[in-house]
Amino acid sequence: MPKRLQKELEKIKKRILSLGGMVEERVSMAKRAIDSIDRTLANQIMKTDYEIDELEVEVEEECLKILALHQPVAVDLRFLVAVIKINNDLERIGDQAVNIAERVENISKRPRLDLSLDYEHMAEKATSMLRMSLDALVNLDLDLAFQVLTLDDEVDHMEREMYDYIKEEIRKKPDAAGYLINFLFISRHLERIGDHSTNIAEEVIYLIEGEIVRHGRWDGGREKPRS
Amino acid sequence: MMSEHLDFFYGDFQALLDISLEFYENEVTALIGPSGCGKSTLLRCLNRMNDLIPYSRAEGKILLDNENIYEPDVDVVTLRRRIGMVFQKPNPFPKSVFDNVGYGLRVNGVKDKANIASKVEQSLKRAALWDEVKDRLYDSALGLSGGQQQRLCIARAMAVEPEVLLMDEPCSALDPIATQKIEELINQLKENYTIIIVTHNMQQAARVSDITAFFYLGKLIEVGETDALFTRPKLKETEDYITGRFG
Repeated sequence: MPKRLQKELEKIKKRILSLGGMVEERVSMAKRAIDSIDRTLANQIMKTDYEIDELEVEVEEECLKILALHQPVAVDLRFLVAVIKINNDLERIGDQAVNIAERVENISKRPRLDLSLDYEHMAEKATSMLRMSLDALVNLDLDLAFQVLTLDDEVDHMEREMYDYIKEEIRKKPDAAGYLINFLFISRHLERIGDHSTNIAEEVIYLIEGEIVRHGRWDGGREKPRS
Repeated sequence: MMSEHLDFFYGDFQALLDISLEFYENEVTALIGPSGCGKSTLLRCLNRMNDLIPYSRAEGKILLDNENIYEPDVDVVTLRRRIGMVFQKPNPFPKSVFDNVGYGLRVNGVKDKANIASKVEQSLKRAALWDEVKDRLYDSALGLSGGQQQRLCIARAMAVEPEVLLMDEPCSALDPIATQKIEELINQLKENYTIIIVTHNMQQAARVSDITAFFYLGKLIEVGETDALFTRPKLKETEDYITGRFG
Protein backbone atom coordinates (compact mmCIF):
# COMPACT_ATOMS: atom_id res chain seq x y z
CA MET A 1 0.00 0.00 0.00
CA PRO A 2 2.64 2.60 0.87
CA LYS A 3 4.39 2.03 -2.46
CA ARG A 4 1.14 2.57 -4.29
CA LEU A 5 0.53 5.69 -2.25
CA GLN A 6 4.00 6.97 -3.12
CA LYS A 7 3.31 6.37 -6.81
CA GLU A 8 0.00 8.20 -6.59
CA LEU A 9 1.67 11.11 -4.81
CA GLU A 10 4.37 11.24 -7.50
CA LYS A 11 1.67 11.37 -10.16
CA ILE A 12 -0.07 14.22 -8.34
CA LYS A 13 3.21 16.09 -8.05
CA LYS A 14 3.79 15.84 -11.79
CA ARG A 15 0.28 17.05 -12.50
CA ILE A 16 0.42 20.05 -10.18
CA LEU A 17 3.75 20.99 -11.72
CA SER A 18 2.39 20.76 -15.23
CA LEU A 19 -0.54 22.92 -14.10
CA GLY A 20 2.03 25.31 -12.63
CA GLY A 21 3.89 25.39 -15.94
CA MET A 22 0.69 26.06 -17.83
CA VAL A 23 -0.28 28.93 -15.51
CA GLU A 24 3.23 30.39 -15.67
CA GLU A 25 2.95 30.43 -19.45
CA ARG A 26 -0.42 32.27 -19.27
CA VAL A 27 1.00 34.88 -16.91
CA SER A 28 3.97 35.45 -19.18
CA MET A 29 1.57 35.77 -22.15
CA ALA A 30 -0.44 38.31 -20.14
CA LYS A 31 2.76 40.23 -19.44
CA ARG A 32 3.60 40.35 -23.15
CA ALA A 33 0.01 41.30 -23.99
CA ILE A 34 0.23 44.31 -21.64
CA ASP A 35 3.61 45.35 -23.07
CA SER A 36 2.39 45.55 -26.63
CA ILE A 37 -1.38 45.82 -26.05
CA ASP A 38 -1.61 42.68 -28.17
CA ARG A 39 -5.25 41.77 -28.78
CA THR A 40 -4.48 38.45 -30.46
CA LEU A 41 -2.42 37.28 -27.53
CA ALA A 42 -5.14 38.46 -25.13
CA ASN A 43 -7.72 36.41 -27.06
CA GLN A 44 -5.51 33.38 -26.92
CA ILE A 45 -5.32 33.64 -23.11
CA MET A 46 -9.10 33.88 -22.83
CA LYS A 47 -9.74 31.00 -25.22
CA THR A 48 -7.37 28.56 -23.52
CA ASP A 49 -8.34 29.16 -19.89
CA TYR A 50 -10.61 26.10 -19.98
CA GLU A 51 -7.46 23.90 -20.11
CA ILE A 52 -6.37 25.21 -16.73
CA ASP A 53 -9.86 24.78 -15.31
CA GLU A 54 -10.04 21.18 -16.50
CA LEU A 55 -6.64 20.26 -15.10
CA GLU A 56 -7.53 21.92 -11.79
CA VAL A 57 -10.63 19.74 -11.46
CA GLU A 58 -8.63 16.63 -12.37
CA VAL A 59 -5.97 17.35 -9.75
CA GLU A 60 -8.61 17.95 -7.10
CA GLU A 61 -10.43 14.72 -7.93
CA GLU A 62 -7.16 12.79 -7.74
CA CYS A 63 -6.36 14.31 -4.35
CA LEU A 64 -9.79 13.41 -2.99
CA LYS A 65 -9.40 9.88 -4.30
CA ILE A 66 -6.05 9.47 -2.53
CA LEU A 67 -7.46 10.90 0.71
CA ALA A 68 -10.36 8.43 0.62
CA LEU A 69 -8.38 5.37 -0.42
CA HIS A 70 -5.09 5.79 1.42
CA GLN A 71 -5.86 8.04 4.40
CA PRO A 72 -2.37 9.52 4.35
CA VAL A 73 -0.78 11.04 7.45
CA ALA A 74 2.14 13.31 8.37
CA VAL A 75 4.18 14.59 5.41
CA ASP A 76 1.94 12.79 2.90
CA LEU A 77 -1.15 14.41 4.37
CA ARG A 78 0.51 17.82 4.44
CA PHE A 79 1.57 17.36 0.83
CA LEU A 80 -1.96 16.57 -0.29
CA VAL A 81 -3.50 19.43 1.64
CA ALA A 82 -0.86 21.76 0.20
CA VAL A 83 -1.55 20.52 -3.32
CA ILE A 84 -5.32 20.99 -2.94
CA LYS A 85 -4.76 24.59 -1.91
CA ILE A 86 -1.98 25.33 -4.41
CA ASN A 87 -4.19 23.85 -7.13
CA ASN A 88 -6.86 26.39 -6.27
CA ASP A 89 -4.37 29.27 -6.21
CA LEU A 90 -2.97 28.28 -9.60
CA GLU A 91 -6.43 28.23 -11.12
CA ARG A 92 -7.13 31.67 -9.68
CA ILE A 93 -3.84 32.97 -11.11
CA GLY A 94 -5.02 31.65 -14.49
CA ASP A 95 -8.22 33.67 -13.98
CA GLN A 96 -6.17 36.78 -13.24
CA ALA A 97 -4.33 36.28 -16.55
CA VAL A 98 -7.75 36.17 -18.24
CA ASN A 99 -8.83 39.33 -16.41
CA ILE A 100 -5.69 41.09 -17.62
CA ALA A 101 -6.38 39.85 -21.16
CA GLU A 102 -9.89 41.33 -21.00
CA ARG A 103 -8.47 44.69 -19.93
CA VAL A 104 -5.88 44.57 -22.70
CA GLU A 105 -8.64 43.87 -25.20
CA ASN A 106 -10.63 46.80 -23.85
CA ILE A 107 -7.62 49.12 -24.00
CA SER A 108 -6.83 48.01 -27.56
CA LYS A 109 -10.25 49.25 -28.74
CA ARG A 110 -9.64 52.82 -27.51
CA PRO A 111 -7.29 55.51 -28.71
CA ARG A 112 -3.96 55.34 -26.93
CA LEU A 113 -2.86 57.89 -24.37
CA ASP A 114 0.72 58.58 -23.61
CA LEU A 115 1.22 57.31 -20.04
CA SER A 116 4.37 56.72 -18.08
CA LEU A 117 3.30 53.44 -16.44
CA ASP A 118 5.92 50.83 -15.76
CA TYR A 119 3.96 47.58 -15.90
CA GLU A 120 6.92 45.62 -17.09
CA HIS A 121 8.61 45.86 -13.73
CA MET A 122 5.51 44.94 -11.76
CA ALA A 123 4.56 42.09 -14.10
CA GLU A 124 8.13 40.81 -13.91
CA LYS A 125 7.97 40.80 -10.10
CA ALA A 126 4.64 38.97 -10.05
CA THR A 127 5.88 36.43 -12.60
CA SER A 128 9.04 35.74 -10.68
CA MET A 129 7.04 35.34 -7.44
CA LEU A 130 5.01 32.65 -9.18
CA ARG A 131 8.11 31.00 -10.60
CA MET A 132 9.91 31.07 -7.24
CA SER A 133 6.92 29.65 -5.37
CA LEU A 134 6.71 26.76 -7.86
CA ASP A 135 10.48 26.17 -7.65
CA ALA A 136 10.16 26.15 -3.86
CA LEU A 137 7.50 23.46 -4.25
CA VAL A 138 9.60 21.35 -6.62
CA ASN A 139 12.76 21.53 -4.52
CA LEU A 140 11.05 21.86 -1.11
CA ASP A 141 13.13 24.99 -0.67
CA LEU A 142 12.16 26.81 2.50
CA ASP A 143 14.43 29.82 1.90
CA LEU A 144 12.99 30.43 -1.52
CA ALA A 145 9.45 30.19 -0.15
CA PHE A 146 10.27 32.86 2.44
CA GLN A 147 11.77 35.10 -0.27
CA VAL A 148 8.41 35.05 -2.04
CA LEU A 149 6.75 36.41 1.09
CA THR A 150 9.10 39.40 1.13
CA LEU A 151 8.59 40.10 -2.58
CA ASP A 152 4.86 40.39 -1.97
CA ASP A 153 5.41 43.61 -0.04
CA GLU A 154 7.23 45.09 -3.05
CA VAL A 155 4.39 44.22 -5.41
CA ASP A 156 1.85 45.69 -2.97
CA HIS A 157 3.91 48.87 -2.88
CA MET A 158 4.00 49.06 -6.69
CA GLU A 159 0.23 48.68 -6.82
CA ARG A 160 -0.22 51.62 -4.46
CA GLU A 161 2.07 53.74 -6.63
CA MET A 162 0.07 52.78 -9.73
CA TYR A 163 -3.12 53.68 -7.92
CA ASP A 164 -1.83 57.14 -7.00
CA TYR A 165 -0.54 57.77 -10.50
CA ILE A 166 -3.77 56.67 -12.22
CA LYS A 167 -5.91 58.65 -9.78
CA GLU A 168 -3.89 61.71 -10.68
CA GLU A 169 -4.22 61.01 -14.42
CA ILE A 170 -8.00 60.61 -14.07
CA ARG A 171 -8.14 63.96 -12.30
CA LYS A 172 -6.18 65.53 -15.15
CA LYS A 173 -8.10 63.75 -17.96
CA PRO A 174 -11.58 62.98 -16.64
CA ASP A 175 -12.83 62.13 -20.15
CA ALA A 176 -10.35 59.25 -20.29
CA ALA A 177 -11.47 57.77 -16.95
CA GLY A 178 -12.94 54.65 -18.63
CA TYR A 179 -9.68 54.02 -20.46
CA LEU A 180 -7.49 54.68 -17.43
CA ILE A 181 -9.49 52.44 -15.10
CA ASN A 182 -8.41 49.48 -17.23
CA PHE A 183 -4.83 50.14 -16.13
CA LEU A 184 -5.90 50.37 -12.52
CA PHE A 185 -7.47 46.94 -12.89
CA ILE A 186 -4.35 45.52 -14.50
CA SER A 187 -2.23 46.57 -11.54
CA ARG A 188 -4.86 45.09 -9.25
CA HIS A 189 -4.76 41.76 -11.16
CA LEU A 190 -0.96 41.67 -11.05
CA GLU A 191 -1.07 42.31 -7.34
CA ARG A 192 -3.52 39.42 -6.95
CA ILE A 193 -1.11 37.15 -8.84
CA GLY A 194 1.48 38.14 -6.23
CA ASP A 195 -1.00 37.29 -3.45
CA HIS A 196 -1.78 33.86 -4.86
CA SER A 197 1.94 33.17 -5.32
CA THR A 198 2.41 34.14 -1.68
CA ASN A 199 -0.31 31.65 -0.74
CA ILE A 200 1.55 28.95 -2.68
CA ALA A 201 4.79 29.80 -0.87
CA GLU A 202 2.96 29.65 2.47
CA GLU A 203 1.61 26.23 1.57
CA VAL A 204 5.13 25.09 0.71
CA ILE A 205 6.30 26.29 4.14
CA TYR A 206 3.43 24.35 5.74
CA LEU A 207 4.36 21.29 3.73
CA ILE A 208 7.99 21.43 4.88
CA GLU A 209 7.60 22.70 8.43
CA GLY A 210 4.10 21.66 9.42
CA GLU A 211 3.53 25.26 10.57
CA ILE A 212 0.76 27.45 9.22
CA VAL A 213 2.37 30.83 8.50
CA ARG A 214 -0.64 32.60 6.99
CA HIS A 215 -1.97 35.82 8.51
CA GLY A 216 1.36 36.52 10.19
CA ARG A 217 1.11 33.32 12.24
CA TRP A 218 4.83 32.73 12.25
CA ASP A 219 6.35 31.87 15.60
CA GLY A 220 8.74 34.80 15.86
CA GLY A 221 10.92 32.96 18.35
CA ARG A 222 12.15 30.63 15.68
CA GLU A 223 14.74 31.25 13.10
CA LYS A 224 12.95 32.04 9.88
CA PRO A 225 14.72 30.91 6.73
CA ARG A 226 16.83 27.79 7.13
CA SER A 227 19.78 27.08 4.95
CA MET B 1 0.19 5.86 36.08
CA MET B 2 3.76 5.93 34.76
CA SER B 3 6.78 3.84 33.96
CA GLU B 4 10.21 5.00 35.09
CA HIS B 5 13.37 3.72 33.41
CA LEU B 6 11.72 0.40 32.73
CA ASP B 7 13.83 -2.38 31.24
CA PHE B 8 12.33 -5.75 30.46
CA PHE B 9 14.08 -8.98 29.56
CA TYR B 10 12.91 -12.28 28.12
CA GLY B 11 15.88 -14.39 29.23
CA ASP B 12 18.90 -12.66 27.67
CA PHE B 13 16.86 -10.68 25.22
CA GLN B 14 16.09 -7.14 26.27
CA ALA B 15 12.62 -6.29 24.96
CA LEU B 16 12.24 -2.85 26.57
CA LEU B 17 15.00 -0.29 27.03
CA ASP B 18 14.70 2.47 29.59
CA ILE B 19 11.04 3.32 29.05
CA SER B 20 9.83 6.37 30.95
CA LEU B 21 6.29 7.22 29.99
CA GLU B 22 3.38 8.81 31.78
CA PHE B 23 -0.21 7.75 31.23
CA TYR B 24 -2.68 10.47 32.07
CA GLU B 25 -6.00 10.07 33.81
CA ASN B 26 -9.11 10.28 31.63
CA GLU B 27 -7.03 10.10 28.50
CA VAL B 28 -6.45 7.38 25.96
CA THR B 29 -2.81 6.59 25.24
CA ALA B 30 -2.09 4.54 22.11
CA LEU B 31 1.08 2.48 21.82
CA ILE B 32 2.10 1.98 18.20
CA GLY B 33 5.04 0.46 16.39
CA PRO B 34 5.98 -2.51 14.22
CA SER B 35 5.75 -6.08 15.47
CA GLY B 36 8.37 -6.83 18.08
CA CYS B 37 8.84 -3.19 19.06
CA GLY B 38 7.86 -3.87 22.66
CA LYS B 39 4.48 -2.18 22.81
CA SER B 40 2.59 -5.31 23.93
CA THR B 41 5.37 -6.19 26.35
CA LEU B 42 5.01 -2.76 27.93
CA LEU B 43 1.23 -3.16 28.12
CA ARG B 44 1.64 -6.52 29.86
CA CYS B 45 4.18 -5.04 32.27
CA LEU B 46 1.58 -2.52 33.38
CA ASN B 47 -0.47 -5.14 35.24
CA ARG B 48 2.36 -7.64 35.66
CA MET B 49 0.92 -10.13 33.19
CA ASN B 50 4.53 -10.78 32.16
CA ASP B 51 5.16 -12.35 35.57
CA LEU B 52 3.63 -15.48 34.06
CA ILE B 53 6.41 -15.77 31.48
CA PRO B 54 9.34 -17.90 32.67
CA TYR B 55 12.85 -16.38 32.68
CA SER B 56 11.48 -12.89 32.26
CA ARG B 57 12.33 -9.96 34.50
CA ALA B 58 11.58 -6.28 34.80
CA GLU B 59 13.90 -3.56 36.10
CA GLY B 60 12.92 0.00 36.84
CA LYS B 61 9.58 1.11 38.17
CA ILE B 62 5.94 1.27 37.22
CA LEU B 63 4.05 3.64 39.45
CA LEU B 64 0.34 3.51 40.11
CA ASP B 65 -0.69 6.33 42.45
CA ASN B 66 3.00 6.83 43.22
CA GLU B 67 3.48 3.22 44.36
CA ASN B 68 5.75 0.86 42.49
CA ILE B 69 3.69 -2.13 41.35
CA TYR B 70 6.85 -4.25 41.19
CA GLU B 71 7.46 -4.05 44.95
CA PRO B 72 7.58 -7.59 46.38
CA ASP B 73 4.68 -7.02 48.74
CA VAL B 74 2.24 -6.04 45.99
CA ASP B 75 -0.64 -8.48 45.63
CA VAL B 76 -1.01 -9.09 41.89
CA VAL B 77 -4.67 -10.15 42.16
CA THR B 78 -5.53 -6.81 43.73
CA LEU B 79 -3.29 -5.07 41.21
CA ARG B 80 -5.09 -6.68 38.28
CA ARG B 81 -8.41 -5.65 39.78
CA ARG B 82 -7.19 -2.07 39.70
CA ILE B 83 -5.72 -2.45 36.22
CA GLY B 84 -8.10 -4.36 33.96
CA MET B 85 -7.22 -5.85 30.62
CA VAL B 86 -9.02 -6.61 27.38
CA PHE B 87 -7.32 -8.91 24.91
CA GLN B 88 -6.98 -9.18 21.17
CA LYS B 89 -9.48 -11.99 20.76
CA PRO B 90 -12.67 -11.90 22.79
CA ASN B 91 -12.22 -14.57 25.44
CA PRO B 92 -15.51 -15.00 27.31
CA PHE B 93 -15.73 -17.86 29.78
CA PRO B 94 -17.98 -20.75 28.71
CA LYS B 95 -20.58 -19.45 31.11
CA SER B 96 -23.69 -17.29 30.87
CA VAL B 97 -23.50 -13.62 29.98
CA PHE B 98 -24.39 -12.76 33.58
CA ASP B 99 -21.78 -15.06 35.11
CA ASN B 100 -19.07 -13.74 32.84
CA VAL B 101 -19.54 -10.23 34.14
CA GLY B 102 -20.18 -11.31 37.74
CA TYR B 103 -17.14 -13.60 37.83
CA GLY B 104 -14.59 -11.03 38.86
CA LEU B 105 -16.82 -9.79 41.66
CA ARG B 106 -17.27 -13.30 43.04
CA VAL B 107 -13.53 -13.98 42.85
CA ASN B 108 -13.00 -10.77 44.77
CA GLY B 109 -15.32 -12.04 47.49
CA VAL B 110 -18.55 -10.18 46.73
CA LYS B 111 -21.41 -12.41 47.85
CA ASP B 112 -24.45 -10.13 47.96
CA LYS B 113 -26.55 -11.25 44.96
CA ALA B 114 -28.43 -7.98 44.60
CA ASN B 115 -25.14 -6.11 44.59
CA ILE B 116 -23.70 -8.43 41.95
CA ALA B 117 -26.83 -8.09 39.80
CA SER B 118 -26.70 -4.32 39.93
CA LYS B 119 -22.96 -4.21 39.12
CA VAL B 120 -23.50 -6.62 36.20
CA GLU B 121 -26.26 -4.42 34.81
CA GLN B 122 -24.23 -1.27 35.29
CA SER B 123 -21.17 -2.77 33.59
CA LEU B 124 -23.16 -4.08 30.64
CA LYS B 125 -24.73 -0.66 30.25
CA ARG B 126 -21.35 1.04 30.35
CA ALA B 127 -20.07 -1.38 27.75
CA ALA B 128 -23.05 -0.45 25.54
CA LEU B 129 -24.19 -4.08 25.51
CA TRP B 130 -27.13 -4.10 27.94
CA ASP B 131 -29.89 -3.49 25.39
CA GLU B 132 -28.64 -6.34 23.23
CA VAL B 133 -28.32 -8.94 26.00
CA LYS B 134 -30.81 -7.98 28.71
CA ASP B 135 -33.24 -10.68 27.56
CA ARG B 136 -30.59 -13.39 27.30
CA LEU B 137 -28.50 -12.83 30.42
CA TYR B 138 -28.54 -16.51 31.26
CA ASP B 139 -27.70 -17.78 27.77
CA SER B 140 -24.15 -18.83 27.02
CA ALA B 141 -21.80 -15.94 26.26
CA LEU B 142 -20.34 -18.04 23.46
CA GLY B 143 -23.57 -17.50 21.49
CA LEU B 144 -22.88 -13.76 21.17
CA SER B 145 -21.30 -12.25 18.06
CA GLY B 146 -17.58 -11.39 18.06
CA GLY B 147 -18.25 -7.71 18.66
CA GLN B 148 -20.71 -8.47 21.45
CA GLN B 149 -18.24 -10.88 23.03
CA GLN B 150 -15.56 -8.19 23.02
CA ARG B 151 -17.90 -5.70 24.66
CA LEU B 152 -18.77 -8.41 27.17
CA CYS B 153 -15.07 -8.74 27.97
CA ILE B 154 -14.91 -4.97 28.46
CA ALA B 155 -17.95 -5.18 30.74
CA ARG B 156 -16.27 -8.01 32.64
CA ALA B 157 -13.13 -5.93 33.06
CA MET B 158 -15.17 -2.94 34.27
CA ALA B 159 -17.33 -4.87 36.76
CA VAL B 160 -14.52 -4.89 39.32
CA GLU B 161 -14.16 -1.10 38.90
CA PRO B 162 -10.56 -0.82 37.80
CA GLU B 163 -8.75 2.50 37.56
CA VAL B 164 -6.86 1.68 34.40
CA LEU B 165 -8.01 -0.29 31.38
CA LEU B 166 -5.40 -1.95 29.18
CA MET B 167 -6.47 -2.97 25.70
CA ASP B 168 -4.34 -5.19 23.51
CA GLU B 169 -5.55 -4.86 19.91
CA PRO B 170 -9.18 -4.96 21.05
CA CYS B 171 -10.63 -4.65 17.55
CA SER B 172 -8.29 -6.77 15.46
CA ALA B 173 -10.75 -9.67 15.33
CA LEU B 174 -13.80 -7.50 14.72
CA ASP B 175 -15.65 -6.25 11.65
CA PRO B 176 -15.84 -2.49 10.94
CA ILE B 177 -19.23 -2.00 12.61
CA ALA B 178 -18.20 -3.80 15.79
CA THR B 179 -14.90 -1.87 15.67
CA GLN B 180 -16.79 1.41 15.46
CA LYS B 181 -18.85 0.45 18.51
CA ILE B 182 -15.75 -0.41 20.54
CA GLU B 183 -14.09 2.85 19.47
CA GLU B 184 -17.14 4.86 20.53
CA LEU B 185 -17.12 2.95 23.78
CA ILE B 186 -13.45 3.77 24.39
CA ASN B 187 -14.31 7.41 23.89
CA GLN B 188 -17.05 7.22 26.54
CA LEU B 189 -15.03 5.12 28.95
CA LYS B 190 -12.16 7.56 29.13
CA GLU B 191 -14.36 9.85 31.21
CA ASN B 192 -13.93 7.35 34.04
CA TYR B 193 -10.74 5.49 33.29
CA THR B 194 -7.16 5.82 32.19
CA ILE B 195 -7.04 3.81 28.97
CA ILE B 196 -3.94 2.41 27.30
CA ILE B 197 -4.39 0.71 23.96
CA VAL B 198 -2.03 -1.24 21.73
CA THR B 199 -3.03 -1.18 18.11
CA HIS B 200 -1.55 -2.04 14.74
CA ASN B 201 -4.21 0.01 13.07
CA MET B 202 -2.77 3.48 12.76
CA GLN B 203 -6.04 5.07 11.78
CA GLN B 204 -7.55 3.58 14.91
CA ALA B 205 -4.77 5.02 17.05
CA ALA B 206 -5.40 8.38 15.38
CA ARG B 207 -9.15 8.16 15.96
CA VAL B 208 -9.35 6.97 19.55
CA SER B 209 -6.32 8.26 21.38
CA ASP B 210 -5.31 11.58 22.90
CA ILE B 211 -1.64 10.66 23.23
CA THR B 212 0.34 8.40 20.94
CA ALA B 213 3.65 6.75 21.79
CA PHE B 214 5.76 5.23 19.02
CA PHE B 215 8.06 2.33 19.85
CA TYR B 216 10.81 0.75 17.81
CA LEU B 217 13.22 -2.03 18.77
CA GLY B 218 12.23 -1.80 22.41
CA LYS B 219 12.74 1.94 22.65
CA LEU B 220 10.25 4.74 23.06
CA ILE B 221 11.04 6.88 20.01
CA GLU B 222 8.46 9.64 20.20
CA VAL B 223 5.46 10.48 22.31
CA GLY B 224 3.09 13.37 21.84
CA GLU B 225 -0.44 14.54 21.34
CA THR B 226 -2.03 12.32 18.73
CA ASP B 227 -3.17 15.11 16.42
CA ALA B 228 0.33 16.61 16.28
CA LEU B 229 2.06 13.24 15.93
CA PHE B 230 -0.06 12.30 12.94
CA THR B 231 0.24 15.63 11.14
CA ARG B 232 3.79 16.70 11.97
CA PRO B 233 5.82 14.13 13.87
CA LYS B 234 9.08 15.49 15.24
CA LEU B 235 11.29 12.58 14.27
CA LYS B 236 11.95 11.02 10.90
CA GLU B 237 11.61 7.48 12.29
CA THR B 238 8.07 8.23 13.42
CA GLU B 239 7.21 9.82 10.10
CA ASP B 240 8.64 6.87 8.17
CA TYR B 241 6.60 4.44 10.23
CA ILE B 242 3.24 6.20 10.14
CA THR B 243 3.51 7.00 6.43
CA GLY B 244 4.47 3.41 5.61
CA ARG B 245 7.96 4.27 4.32
CA PHE B 246 9.38 1.99 6.92
CA GLY B 247 12.07 -0.54 5.98
